[in-house]
Amino acid sequence: MKTVRRPGSEAGGLSAQGSGPAGYPAPAAPPRAAAGPAPRAGRGRVSWSRWQRRAAPYLFISPFFVLFAIFGLYPIAFSFYLSFHSWNAVGGLGTMTRVGLENYTFLLSDPWFWKSLWNTVVLLAISGLPQHVIAIPLAFILNSGLVRLRNLFSSSYFMPYITSTVAVSMIFTTIYGTQYGALNAALVWLEQHAGFGWLFDALKLELPVNWLGRAAYIKPAIAMLVVWRWFGWNTVLYLAGLQTIPRELYEAAMVDGAGIYQQFRWITVPLLKPIIFFAVTLTIIGNMQLFDEPYILTGGTGGTSEAGLTVALYLYRTGFEWLYMGSAAAMSWVLFLVIGIMSAVNFRLIGRGGLQRREG
Amino acid sequence: MIRGFRALGRLWAGLLVAALWLAFGASASAGSTITIGVFPDLDSVIKKVIPEFNKVYPDIEVKLQVLGYGDHHNALLTALATGSGAPDVVAVEIGFLGRFALEGGLTDLSKPPFNAGQYRNLFVPYAWGQANTADGRIVAMPTDTGPGTMFYRRDVLQAAGLDINGVATWDDLVALGRKVTRDTSGDGKPDVFLIAAASTIADAMYRGDIPEGEGVYFDVKGRPVVDGPRFVKAFTTAQQVRRAGLDARIGAWSNEWYEAFKRGTVAVELSGAWLAGHLQNWMAPDTAGKWGARNLPENMFVSWGGSFYAIPEQSKNKADAWKLVQFLTTRRDIQLLAFKTTNAFPALLAALDDPMFDEPMPFLGGQKARRMWADVARTVRVTVIHPGDPVASEIVGSALAQVLDEGKDVKQALTEARQLIERRVRR
Repeated sequence: MKTVRRPGSEAGGLSAQGSGPAGYPAPAAPPRAAAGPAPRAGRGRVSWSRWQRRAAPYLFISPFFVLFAIFGLYPIAFSFYLSFHSWNAVGGLGTMTRVGLENYTFLLSDPWFWKSLWNTVVLLAISGLPQHVIAIPLAFILNSGLVRLRNLFSSSYFMPYITSTVAVSMIFTTIYGTQYGALNAALVWLEQHAGFGWLFDALKLELPVNWLGRAAYIKPAIAMLVVWRWFGWNTVLYLAGLQTIPRELYEAAMVDGAGIYQQFRWITVPLLKPIIFFAVTLTIIGNMQLFDEPYILTGGTGGTSEAGLTVALYLYRTGFEWLYMGSAAAMSWVLFLVIGIMSAVNFRLIGRGGLQRREG
Repeated sequence: MIRGFRALGRLWAGLLVAALWLAFGASASAGSTITIGVFPDLDSVIKKVIPEFNKVYPDIEVKLQVLGYGDHHNALLTALATGSGAPDVVAVEIGFLGRFALEGGLTDLSKPPFNAGQYRNLFVPYAWGQANTADGRIVAMPTDTGPGTMFYRRDVLQAAGLDINGVATWDDLVALGRKVTRDTSGDGKPDVFLIAAASTIADAMYRGDIPEGEGVYFDVKGRPVVDGPRFVKAFTTAQQVRRAGLDARIGAWSNEWYEAFKRGTVAVELSGAWLAGHLQNWMAPDTAGKWGARNLPENMFVSWGGSFYAIPEQSKNKADAWKLVQFLTTRRDIQLLAFKTTNAFPALLAALDDPMFDEPMPFLGGQKARRMWADVARTVRVTVIHPGDPVASEIVGSALAQVLDEGKDVKQALTEARQLIERRVRR
């Protein structure tokens, strides 16, 4: 199953802008202007042309709405309907029975659901935060003009993003291997030949680490992959944002004697707020729906003690492996609600301030 | 054959009826097309079988749809849910059979005109039992099975001066593990292990010794039995193995797993007989001759895997689909052809008498292992599949991982597992 990933969310955001209230009036305006002379002529051909002029814009824009209705709206409505039913999918649509809120009440008392929600939030924090903490300074350095071959660097940071998640996850599975994994081989070398033994003793890290077998290591292992894969995407976003900040501000700051850190702290970060809000929102939406990475790394199970079981993964397993379609639909709506709340909180914390500043 | 008799009867009965039959016959001879959906490696079998099938039924064109193992079953699920798009004949792996055997999805072959019950005695009993639901339906026909066996590395055991024939009980296996697991490179960490994953031992133990008529996870009345003595013993033994550090903690079907087989760092592996084919063909072809196979300790007879052919309820051409299913499952020559093609162990008893089963297998150091596996297949007890099996298997697997990896108490883990299963299945 391909869940809606960040590129998807982004496409959704853009198309909403293009076809929403902002895009509508433009095609609708010309027919209204052309409607002026039409009432004077009473002949059918003219009214046909009038009808044509009025309808044509809607006709031309309709493919999106038709496709959206079939592949977007209908499944959404159906999943909402489904969440109040118990459905044995194998028996066809006829086997659907109404159960009211039972799916929701079951879910809220389901220990694995809470565990998966907790896992997802923890993964959001430990894989989402580093992405931005790495990406913002990195974009700043790339933008500062101190680095040559800026495009080469930014595109190489972007590379992980465009590679297939499945391929990436499989390679990481090999890297995380207990006996023959590259990561453990490196750690063992550090311990035995580079004099880092004391560090591992201090951390009480027993080598080789069973990255994908022990509950404690599964989340960090997944997070490392997610960070690696997504920080480049954020870097490119921030780089684009940085280019909208006028050079004069930096020049003025330099005249006042501000160093690189001060410029970063007092010019870049505040003026970047709208972009930070945008990027963090995408991270929340994307990471709350994390699926491919934990699916591949934990062999599709969620791992020991379900430590890598995200809500999206649990949803998939509930619906498509255990065939509790109603529960899965209810879960998707609870997940939707959680994402909505988190986005709202994010808007209160970062978004509002950032947008106001821009208006002023 | 049947059509021939019918024709004769109708000719005798009168011209009008004969004409009617001719009309039917004519439409049939115009040719019909059926599709069969399979996953690899079954596709290699089907490709070889279709020409044979067309020698007998020249009018039926068979179209082959191949998808990956997971995709195949997902696509089938989608087709059953939406009511269209399923092939006329589908392959179903045992792990999915319980799910698809829920009411409605697959044609009940016990009813006329199929009357599959007539073939009951042709098959390995447990494979036949797996295709029968508790309410008396027959949802699929077995084609291959996975008799459980213990593979061992002759060279590794020899280097440690150990004899596999001394292993009679599971405790003996653990004792053997304590001797074979050792550090050969001198870096202070063991590099040869008893087995890749301790969980495999538990898996074999709770699959073996199931009381007649019971399922792996559920009793006759559909109550979960996962905190019973069978599971406690299995979990405890696996825990011993893990605590003593005898397993390499490598999950199945990972690169590390293949690597362990190539390097000979695990002494034994418990699995279905099919593993020999995988090892020989792609996992570790260079280890030919170094392997041996024998029965599981305590003569536990276990089945690991198995494939079935079923006819989805939505098929428009069940009559021809049934011809293909019969051809694939009940003919000795076709079952043997499948065995030669992909090592798919036949579910048809008649096929198990072939001289091929007495041939020595060079990969296993010349052992005549197939005869042994055929005996295992015959001996595995009939267990009952339950729609809750996938969930139960998941929850038990999770409990086992918590016991092994997080040191959870066996009793507590199993009690919690039973409660989780009860919660799920009651719905």
